Amino acid sequence: MTDLADKDVPRAMHDMGGVSRYMCEAIDTEPHELTDFDREVDAIRQILGMKAVMSVDELRRGIEALPEAEYLRLSYYERWLRSITATLLQKGTIDETELKAAVGSAP
Amino acid sequence: MIAPGTRVRVRDDWPETRGPCHIRTPHYLRGTAGVVTRHLGDFPNPEDLAFARPALRLPLYHVRFEQSALWPDSGRNEDILVEIFEPWLETEP
Amino acid sequence: MNLAETDSGRLLAALRSVLAAKGIAAPDEIAERIALTDAATPARGAAMVAKAWVDPAFRALMLADGARAAESLGIPMRGMPPLGVLENTRELHHLVVCTLCSCYPRAVLGYPPFWFKSTSFRARAVRDPRGVLAEFGFVLPETVKLRVVDSTADYRWMVLPMRPEGTEGWSEERLASLVREGDMIGVTVPQVGV
Repeated sequence: MTDLADKDVPRAMHDMGGVSRYMCEAIDTEPHELTDFDREVDAIRQILGMKAVMSVDELRRGIEALPEAEYLRLSYYERWLRSITATLLQKGTIDETELKAAVGSAP
Repeated sequence: MIAPGTRVRVRDDWPETRGPCHIRTPHYLRGTAGVVTRHLGDFPNPEDLAFARPALRLPLYHVRFEQSALWPDSGRNEDILVEIFEPWLETEP
Repeated sequence: MNLAETDSGRLLAALRSVLAAKGIAAPDEIAERIALTDAATPARGAAMVAKAWVDPAFRALMLADGARAAESLGIPMRGMPPLGVLENTRELHHLVVCTLCSCYPRAVLGYPPFWFKSTSFRARAVRDPRGVLAEFGFVLPETVKLRVVDSTADYRWMVLPMRPEGTEGWSEERLASLVREGDMIGVTVPQVGV
């Protein structure tokens, strides 16, 4: 695959189709089991959607708003967790004080 | 409403430059011509849902693009089908 | 607070606790949701594919209304996004991707595999689809058109692969056992004796 420069456009970082710098990356085709963490984050997202507390669109936007370094460093469901938490804080569904307190007392 | 078989062009617009947004029209399609193959139904605009704003239902189309129109190094005998909302499509005169 | 610096495990525990305290999501609701989600596996999609191979009326239903076809087999589809089914032929092979995130037909295939969510798959599938197929050990002849389907909106897409040679007279159950997760995304095709 020739190394071609991408068109000089203001592409959002998550908008990855055909981006040259990823074109030579091998695909890890191995199955990777989901962890309990992954499953729980996924379930919470579904419940928030079903109860109309936070939509999947809001989840995506929150993920897209992560700084690029964080986006690339975090695992898939870690991104979800950060998006969910930031979005619920922004919307006032949960507040920072109670969250901080809960983090402080988390095992 | 855009009929199947109509030639369209994806608007060469970049809301990303105008502030926080959530866009579901991939960058690699902007400004590219394709053909509408099917009206998939009408769905609420994700660009508004993403900000918990009231969202209008908009027509959603499947649009087909030739790989050769997208990439200088495209394979032969390949095309792409993408779901695009109507406001992003210009019908050519 | 700086979310970026908070350990993920602690953050999840904290969120769980706050959501429970506010009556938004109780631990038993979360557990139930996990169990329901775990119950969706590629076997559901495989059952649909096998039935489509033997039953032309079901094939037609599946192509016209994937969700109704799934429901007719007892697969719960209420509240699920519309399911689009892409029919492979001798001249046309489909590959599904979500370049923007990881939209996947979860109701009929379960959780998306790690590779489907990866940067390399999302970037390469639309621009080097034959190269992607090669990573899965599958070479598509140049005479077969390769159509990549980028899931950008409300539909979720699965592939209805072609029935392989050498399966004449097979039961639906035996046919379904041939159909793998990747076959229904388009990175591979079902084969006898694999």
